[in-house]
Amino acid sequence: MPDVDQFRADTRAWLEGNCPASMRSPMTAEEVVWGGRNATFSNPDSKLWLDRMAAKGWTAPMWPTQYGGGGLSMAENAVLESELSRIKARPALNSFGLWMLGPVLLEFANEAQKLEHLPKIVRGEIRWCQGYSEPGAGSDLAGLQTKAVRDGDEYVINGQKVWTSYADRCDWIFCLVRTDTTVKHNGISFILFDMQSPGVTVKPIQLISGESPFCETFFDDVRVPARNQVGELNKGWTIAKRLLQHERTNIGDFGTAQSPQTPMHEQAKKYLGEDASGRLDDSAMRREIAKYQVRQKAYGLTYARVGQELKAGLGDGAASSILKAVGAELNKHRSEMMIDMMGTQGIGWQGDGFNDWEIMQTRGWLRSKANSIEGGTTEINKNVVAKNVLGLPTK
Amino acid sequence: MALILNEEQTLLKDSAKDLMTAAAPVTQFRALRDAKDELGYSKHLWTQMVDMGWAGICIPEEFGGLDFGFHGLGIVLEETGRTLAASPLVASILVGASAITLGGNETQKKQLLPKLAEGTLLMALALDETAHFSPHRIETRAELSAGGYKINGAKAFVLDGHIADTLIVATRTSGGTHDRQGITLFLVDQAAAGVEVTRTQMVDSRNAAKITFTNVTVEASAILGELDHGADILDPVLDRAALGMAAEMLGTSLEVFERTLAYLKERTQFETKIGAFQSLQHRAVDMYCNLELSKSILIDALSALDEGRDADLPTLASAAKAQLCETLHQISSEGIQMHGGIGMTDEYEIGFFLKRARVAEKTFGDAGYHYDRLATLNGY
Repeated sequence: MPDVDQFRADTRAWLEGNCPASMRSPMTAEEVVWGGRNATFSNPDSKLWLDRMAAKGWTAPMWPTQYGGGGLSMAENAVLESELSRIKARPALNSFGLWMLGPVLLEFANEAQKLEHLPKIVRGEIRWCQGYSEPGAGSDLAGLQTKAVRDGDEYVINGQKVWTSYADRCDWIFCLVRTDTTVKHNGISFILFDMQSPGVTVKPIQLISGESPFCETFFDDVRVPARNQVGELNKGWTIAKRLLQHERTNIGDFGTAQSPQTPMHEQAKKYLGEDASGRLDDSAMRREIAKYQVRQKAYGLTYARVGQELKAGLGDGAASSILKAVGAELNKHRSEMMIDMMGTQGIGWQGDGFNDWEIMQTRGWLRSKANSIEGGTTEINKNVVAKNVLGLPTK
Repeated sequence: MALILNEEQTLLKDSAKDLMTAAAPVTQFRALRDAKDELGYSKHLWTQMVDMGWAGICIPEEFGGLDFGFHGLGIVLEETGRTLAASPLVASILVGASAITLGGNETQKKQLLPKLAEGTLLMALALDETAHFSPHRIETRAELSAGGYKINGAKAFVLDGHIADTLIVATRTSGGTHDRQGITLFLVDQAAAGVEVTRTQMVDSRNAAKITFTNVTVEASAILGELDHGADILDPVLDRAALGMAAEMLGTSLEVFERTLAYLKERTQFETKIGAFQSLQHRAVDMYCNLELSKSILIDALSALDEGRDADLPTLASAAKAQLCETLHQISSEGIQMHGGIGMTDEYEIGFFLKRARVAEKTFGDAGYHYDRLATLNGY
């Protein structure tokens, strides 16, 4: 494949010249670039790196160029990913727009909507949040009650969302609203609006980890142009489900994406010590780590295998249905093992006696409990796999 | 890193599945067991397998084999695992032919490999001496005697030990009981004076034997590989063996899962199919997750050798065997539980899979052994 070889050479050269040296090391949570109107950059290089990548469309490498994307083929994208990982480049931009909204806009939105929203996502100009869950609609998401009533060229929206990630820092929301109260799934529409619209109120929720990544979001007579509805009226559930597939893949990916920089067994040796022959001085933990590493490896290979199967047109990609649940379980398990091996250093809250890394592990452990709840609980995921993949009866 | 089968491999898989379904159904295994068959396998089936070229699947062409690649053998083993087909494929080919290919000198290769490929020579590895797999723990002695060696000791759990023509015997020629250095492999005629073979009845009704060696004399030319350096051959052979068992275990896991799933869709209680109960559905999904993880780790490990990733083999083989031990353990147990009372009957086949599962888990190292080995290989 000479074209791909050439692309690799060009990409490598471009990255060499354009990826700032400070962008080639692991980043902390504070250094992650989320973009948006109020974007913060802890390092000016982060802004430079984002702008350069966005100019190439490489924050969304496979989106079409007319919407600001990179227009890369799957093979070229694989090259780009491997070259980025070769120099340990940080992601230039993290965003729900890239991971979740963009893919469904490409599939379901009209041309005007694509042209309006996709380029701003690519450039990190608008930060999006997700208006899905409600106090009475969690696992039973389709039971949502936030209402949108048509009034001329506008919808008037009233209701409440919950678990809206970073709503207090986001610019726009993609939101599920009820447009027909007489039916359940077929009475939902998918709509986009500006969080600065009058009538939107946001209240952060403090979590067990001490952080507040989620909010309660209230809508009180919020007026939204009717042209912001994506897809057909009352057909939003189809879009909602497709978007969840993208979200689940992303949450499942935590199993690999958030792997510690130092292998777990090296951390374990720090806290538990070695015996005379250099083995971890805790045989139960030693076995537990090996078991975890095998499962982690199998999980990573399953990701790769599903990719190869899809590319070769083999199978139905059914294995991808389990990635979210398995990834969540792995990350939760890893977090439990980490604080376990750290002993009382793993259960500190703040202040003297604990270093930053230790506090991060503890907070991360608390945060990880949400992995099997957010984006559809593991229980709901299993119900779906049992029915759709295994073909088990419903009664 | 190919994680999907190529066209040739897919064809092989289909033909292996066809032959096993037609010529080696579980009923055949039951008949062998009930007849207390002396050989413990069907000669007719073995002839058919040899005719398909499977005995020579990993043997180089110059020695009469197909040189199809190790992955091919894994594919065949997976299909034999589905129907519990007993054959010399594991002891003679997976282990025996691998040992000769890796460790044999030209004379040994010329003499043994063509016969292995044509299915006329059966071999067995006499390694274990205790109830736990610990391949470097060797006390069987081989001592210099009149220009050759004299072997004394006792081996257990020798797969196909009572039907093998030639034994590969792991002996200690120097060093302490657990030392890697000082192990020497010998090729020993099973009919030689001083070799006493006793067939052991395992729970899976497959072939295994205890073998004692009393002043068994062999010539120096019977050494496979180099004196005191037998572990250099033994270790890579055992990696292949563990990996081949893992492939067989995937086939067994898939079969039990599919049978169990079918039962969940068919059995009615409380006027409803039991597969509609959430507690069973979620456990079925747990099994499915383990199966998908197992498929991935296995296919990567199986393709490693054919892709020249030999250096990764120890970790890949141990990871694959450990994962398949976990998966098959879970699925074979759930298979019984989800079938309920009928699963406890000898008349129903699901119990055969549980019995085979536990023996396969212990063969060439169980999960505990391989986790321990992985930790050691990874420096903890």
